Amino acid sequence: MSGPAFPFSAIVGQDEMKLAILIAAVEPAVGGVLVFGDRGTGKSTAVRALAALLPPMWATEGCSYACDPHDAHDGCERCRTLKVGGQARRRRVPVPVVDLPLGATEDRIVGALDLERALGSGERAFEPGLLARAHRGFLYIDEVNLLEDHLVDLLIDVAASGENVVEREGLSVRHPARFVLVGSGNPEEGELRPQLLDRFGLAVEVRTPAEIATRVEVVKRRDAYERDPAAFVEHWKKEDAKIRRRVVAARERLGAVNVPDAMLERCARLCIALGTDGLRGELTLMRAARALAALDGVDEVSDVHLKRVAPAALRHRLRRDPLDEAGSGERVERALAEAL
Amino acid sequence: MNAGALAPQAAALLALDPHGLGGVWLRARPGPARERWLAQLNTLLPQPPRRLPAHIDDHRLLGGLDLAATLQRGRPVQQPGLLAESDGGVLCLAMAERMPPALAARLAAVIDTRHVVTPAGAVPARLSFVALDEGVEDDETLPASLADRLAIHLRLDEGTKLAAAPAAAELEAARGRLPAVRVDDELQRHCCEAAAMLGIDSLRAPLLALRLVRASAALAGRTRANRDDMELALHLVLAPRARRLPAPPPAEPPDAPPPEQDAGAEDPGDESTDPDPQQPLDEQVLEAAQSVLPAGLLQLLAGGGPRRAPPSSGRAGSATASRRRGRPIGSERGLPRGGARLDLVATLRAAAPWQPLRRRESTQPRSLHLQRDDLHIRRCRTRRETTTIFAVDASGSAALHRLAEAKGAVELLLADCYVRRDRVALIAFRGAAAELLLPPTRSLPRAKRCLAGLPGGGGTPLAAGIVAAQALALSLQRQGSSPSLVLLTDGRANIARDGQPGREAAHRDALAAARQLRDAGLPALLIDTSPQTQPAAQAVAEAMGARYLALPHADAQQLKRAAAVSLAR
Repeated sequence: MSGPAFPFSAIVGQDEMKLAILIAAVEPAVGGVLVFGDRGTGKSTAVRALAALLPPMWATEGCSYACDPHDAHDGCERCRTLKVGGQARRRRVPVPVVDLPLGATEDRIVGALDLERALGSGERAFEPGLLARAHRGFLYIDEVNLLEDHLVDLLIDVAASGENVVEREGLSVRHPARFVLVGSGNPEEGELRPQLLDRFGLAVEVRTPAEIATRVEVVKRRDAYERDPAAFVEHWKKEDAKIRRRVVAARERLGAVNVPDAMLERCARLCIALGTDGLRGELTLMRAARALAALDGVDEVSDVHLKRVAPAALRHRLRRDPLDEAGSGERVERALAEAL
Repeated sequence: MNAGALAPQAAALLALDPHGLGGVWLRARPGPARERWLAQLNTLLPQPPRRLPAHIDDHRLLGGLDLAATLQRGRPVQQPGLLAESDGGVLCLAMAERMPPALAARLAAVIDTRHVVTPAGAVPARLSFVALDEGVEDDETLPASLADRLAIHLRLDEGTKLAAAPAAAELEAARGRLPAVRVDDELQRHCCEAAAMLGIDSLRAPLLALRLVRASAALAGRTRANRDDMELALHLVLAPRARRLPAPPPAEPPDAPPPEQDAGAEDPGDESTDPDPQQPLDEQVLEAAQSVLPAGLLQLLAGGGPRRAPPSSGRAGSATASRRRGRPIGSERGLPRGGARLDLVATLRAAAPWQPLRRRESTQPRSLHLQRDDLHIRRCRTRRETTTIFAVDASGSAALHRLAEAKGAVELLLADCYVRRDRVALIAFRGAAAELLLPPTRSLPRAKRCLAGLPGGGGTPLAAGIVAAQALALSLQRQGSSPSLVLLTDGRANIARDGQPGREAAHRDALAAARQLRDAGLPALLIDTSPQTQPAAQAVAEAMGARYLALPHADAQQLKRAAAVSLAR
C-alpha cells in the first residue's frame, strides 16, 4: 500500500465505532461490525488503521491462507499434514485487510480454477480468492447495502461458519476463512434486509461531528498525515502501542472473564423489553460485553459494560414497529434505563 | 467571479495537482464551451487525458487475461488494464451521468488507496478523473461516492466565454513551489467553518478545499495562502456542494468605516495582500454561494426546499440511468448463438485441464485445443422492474364506501406487488390539486399506512391527477423501471387544470391530459367507481387509450383481478 496507514489513535472522536472494531478484533465470534453513516466520516480509515496497529502475526511459510503455525487443530489441508510431520516453517506477516470491491464476481471472492496451472500442465488446482486472503484478518465491504444479495448471503455464511467451501468447475476445496467482517454504508441509499442486518454482530452509527473545533482537528490531522506520513505515524506511535497492548492483553484474558448469571438475566430482560427477534441479540450482547470487560482489564462483566455495548449490539435487531418512529438508538437507551 | 473566469483557473489547478485534488466534475452539455475547456486542460497537462467509457467492463478496467496472447502462447498472459496503464495521469470519464454505481465504487477505491487490486496483486495507480457529465435532469448525475472525492465541481453553460488559461511554464514553476506552501490555522478553520455553514456533511470537502487553496497559492507565486485562494476554493469546491445557504450576517453600522482601509492607503508597501481584511467570512461565503448556485436552486434553498434524496432501492442501486438489461451474472455451457455472448474466461477454464490429453491425441499442432463442449456463454439477467402507479380520486363525489373499496383493492394489489418485487406508488387527487402521497416503494407497511390515512372530500381535479401520474411515470422510465397506471375515478371532473371550478373546462382539460398520456404510450387501466356508468369516464378512458372497467358495485377482489389482467399486458 502507499505508505503507512493512518494511525488508529489519531482518529478524532467516533468512539462508538472504534470501540466496536476493537471488540470485534478481540472476540471475532461477535460477528462483524456494520457502520452506518455519512460519507467522509473515516469508516474505512478506522478498519485499515486497526489492522496496521495489530502486531504482525505468525503464518506458515508458503501457505496461501496464512494459516496459524501454532494452532494444532486449525489450518488448511496442506498445513495440517506439514504440522504432523513437524515441517511447518513460519514467518511474520501483517494482519490482512481485504477490500471487497462492489461488483466483485463470485469467483473472485470465493476462488476459482488456477488457469495458469490448468493450461500449462493440465492440473486442476485451486486459485484462492479474496476470502482466502482475508483469513485471520479483516474483510471490509464499502457500500454493503448496494452489494448483491447472493454475495452478502455467501459472505455472512462464511463469516459465521469460518470455512469456505468451494464446489465448482470440478473443484472440491475446503479452507479456513475466519475474518472480521466490516461493512459500511449510507442508509439513505437503500436499506439492508432485516435478515442480513441481523447477521452483523454490532451496528454503529457515525455522524459528521457537529462542533467546528472537532471538524478542524480532523481536517488538520488528515492534512498533516498526507504531507508527511512517516512523521505523523511516528508522532502517534506511543498511543497506538498502548492500544495494541490493550488488545493483545484482552485476547489473552478473554477466556478467563466471567459472566455472572445476574448479567445474563439482565441481557435477557433487555432483549425481551426491546422485542428483539431470535436469540442472537442476547448472544452478541453477552460476547461483546465480555470482550469489553477484557479490554478494560477486569475479570467480570458488570452493568457498566452492558450499558456501553447494548446500543451497538441491539439497535439493528429491533422488531420494526411502523407506528413507532423513534430512532432505534434511542429506543435501546430508553429500554436500558428502564431495565437496569 | 463568473464561470468564464473560474473554469480556466480550475483547469490550471487540476493540471498543477491532479492527484491531490482527485479530479473535476464538469457538468456541461457537449459544445464549444466544453471543448474549449478540455483543450485548455490538454495544453496544461504533460500528457493528454485518456478516455474511460462509462460501460467499461472489469476485465479492461482492472486487467486480466490477454486473450490473444494467451491463445497464441498457450499460457495465460495478463494484460494490465486501463487503470494500471494510466498510472500517474488523468482519465476522462465520458457520459459520467450514466456511470453504473459499481464502476463509481471502483474508481472511488482507486482514489482512496492509490492502488488497483488486480488478479496479480496490488499495482500502483495514482490517477485523477475528469467526469464529463452531460445530464440534463436533476436525477441524472454522477454517483455521489465518486463526486465526493473530486475536488472541483464545475458547471459550464453553453456559450460561456472562457478567459485565457495560465501558461504551461507558470505551472512548472508552481509545481516546484507547491510542497513549500503553508496554510495557517486561521484559514484552515475558515475552510471548515465555511463547509459547515453551507451544510456540507462530508469532511472530505474541507480537506479538498485546503488542497485547492495550496495549489492556488502556488500558482499565484506565493508560499503563504491567503483569502484569494480561499475565495477560489469557495467557488470551486465548497459552494457547489452547498445544501443550504448560510444566514446573511447582521448588517454592519454604515457610519464606521473600517480603520484598516486608511492604514492600507498609507503604506502601499504593506506585505499583506488581503484586499479587505474586515469582510467577514459569512459574507464571502454567501457571495460565493450565490454566484455559483443557479437562480432556481437559490429559491428552493431559501424556501427551505426538501433535501432531495435519491430514491432508495436497496438492491437496485442508486438512481443513475443505467440500463438493467443484460447485466452478466455468470456463465453456462452453450453455443454463442442468437445474441448470446461468449464468456471467454469460463471457456478457457473448461478447456484447460484437457490440454495435455488433447495435445497428445491431436495431429495438428495448436496452442489451444477447444471443443464444442467447452464453450460457455454469458448468462444475462434482464430485470424488468414494474412500478404500478395508483391514482385515486379522493374527492367528495367518490362516495365514501367507494373510496374504501378502492383502498381495499389497492391493498390487495400491494400484496401481489410485494410477491413479485414490484413497486407501488400512490397519487391522490382532490380539492384543487393532485398529491404524490407515496413515492415508489416496495414497503408494504408504508403503503398501508399511507392509504389508511387518505381522507376524502373536495372537488375532482381529474386533469391534475392524470398529469401528475404521467410526470411520475416519465421519471420512472428514465430510471429503467416500466410504469403502468391504475386510475380509480368516477370521471366527473369539476376542477380544471388551473384550479378553477367548472365542469366544462375540467372535462376538456381531463381529456387533453388523457390524450397526452396515450401519446406517451403508458399502459393504463381506468376503473369507474361511479354508481352508474358515466359517459364522462368512458370518454376519458378512450382518450387515454386505457382499458375501461365499469364496476358499479365494485368489490375489492374483482378490482384486483381486473387490475392484474391489465398489468399483465
